Amino acid sequence: MQQELIPHLFRTEYRKIVSVLCRHFGLGQVEIAEDLASDTFVAAAQTWALKGLPPNPTAWLYNVAKNKAKNHLQRHALFEGKISPAIQTNAPEFYETEVDLSPQNITDSQLQMMFAICHPSISPEAQIGLSLRILCGFGIEEIADAFLSNKETINKRLFRAKEKLRELKINIEIPNESEIEERLAPVLTTIYLLFNEGYYSVSQNNILRKDLCLEAMRLCTMLVENPLTNKPQVNALLALMCFHASRFEARIDKNGEYVLYDEQDTSLWDPELISKGAYFLNCSATGTELSKYHLEATIAFWQTQKTAVKEKWEIVLKLYDQLLQIAPSPIAALNRIYVLSKIKGKREAIFEAEKLKLTGDQFYFALLGELYTDIDNETAKLNFQKALKLAKTATDKQTIQKKIERL
Amino acid sequence: MKDYMLIFRHQNGLDVASPEQIQIWMKQTMDWLGTIAAQGKYDGRGNGLVFDDARVVHHNKMVTNGPFGEIKETLGGYVIVKAESADEAAEFAKGSPILMGEGNTIEVRQLAREDGIH
Repeated sequence: MQQELIPHLFRTEYRKIVSVLCRHFGLGQVEIAEDLASDTFVAAAQTWALKGLPPNPTAWLYNVAKNKAKNHLQRHALFEGKISPAIQTNAPEFYETEVDLSPQNITDSQLQMMFAICHPSISPEAQIGLSLRILCGFGIEEIADAFLSNKETINKRLFRAKEKLRELKINIEIPNESEIEERLAPVLTTIYLLFNEGYYSVSQNNILRKDLCLEAMRLCTMLVENPLTNKPQVNALLALMCFHASRFEARIDKNGEYVLYDEQDTSLWDPELISKGAYFLNCSATGTELSKYHLEATIAFWQTQKTAVKEKWEIVLKLYDQLLQIAPSPIAALNRIYVLSKIKGKREAIFEAEKLKLTGDQFYFALLGELYTDIDNETAKLNFQKALKLAKTATDKQTIQKKIERL
Repeated sequence: MKDYMLIFRHQNGLDVASPEQIQIWMKQTMDWLGTIAAQGKYDGRGNGLVFDDARVVHHNKMVTNGPFGEIKETLGGYVIVKAESADEAAEFAKGSPILMGEGNTIEVRQLAREDGIH
């Protein structure tokens, strides 16, 4: 056959069309936007499969989407009851039925949808679900797979989230200057959660995990590229994700198992992503606010420098100290202990770790297991076994099992 | 050489598929038809049948929006291939991705000839 279709073309164009249609129809009619967009792709699939690709596939899609939107409006406008009797007597040409699919409006619509979806009144899981569906063009099954859930649960979650959006009558717009810092916070949280879904994913689907990370980075890039949202912490988050993503290829071996940081083949680390990260880290070094993203990005930067020098660990330890002050979390505390062990040795680290008493956390016991290894292998084994009991995913269990075997 | 219509009957699974899945399905269909075209037996005659805005007219002249027969037998589209026999045409049909859905079928019917020559 003739030209090949770009991979993910449908997913890419779907989310652009949905965002524009959502904005056009309003958040109360999100399902209509989704249906119209879906119909467009079904039409494309049927026609192109039988007749071959059109010369300009994207233009074809946009034309059909616009026509479907127009038809829908003309068929339903009079029944929606939103039109006052006075206007009803006039001809339908009064209403703006032309959907604007210019590049600028596509970008604007997606940005605005990001703020509408990542609204603090909607639960974080619902925010991610909606983001995956509307901003990233993922299907229900794909989302269910990412969360190790099922279609019914995800459907319910999205349904309730859309109800909430309707209820709250949220406007689809970029917040103004005075509110933007505040409204950016949940957007960044969602993007970071999305990235983590891909990075530490429970799903066994490796391609899906990488896609999630790339989508998160793409959304963050959109924020950086818009002057209204190009804030220091946004650049920091992007840097952070670049640094982590640079190790993507090295983290999973041929058997689909996790390769620990210390054992990774550094030649598989992506130097381009590392320099990108460094670039954005630089860009983030402005303003007066030190956000947790700044700290995590700097820590992530040091992780891309494989030198095992003591100075590196001391710098990273200080960063963790700061991080724990502004954004305390069990994971940060555990990571800090690990760094501590590199500077002060395992015994000191064990002493600090046991003070934490994070007894519900598999990573706590895994860390203790690590620290006790070669000091007291019996205790190490006990701790690894506790970690194994708490571990949820097959990959995690495998990793811990291997450590027990190596004792 | 005769003309055979391959008539697709299937649940409209595409309306719940993700954009990614739709694209994959489309590629599979294109590959399938490409194989037949490569043998000079498919030249683009065919169409999907749109589920939206369809009607059923009943014997009492009542017009409804559907249902369009049994759900599993909804007509989804057709292609016209050239083949020496219905069996050969049926062999072509076997490669369609539609048949991956249990309960979906492809009906093979020769187009009636007007000239009576070939």
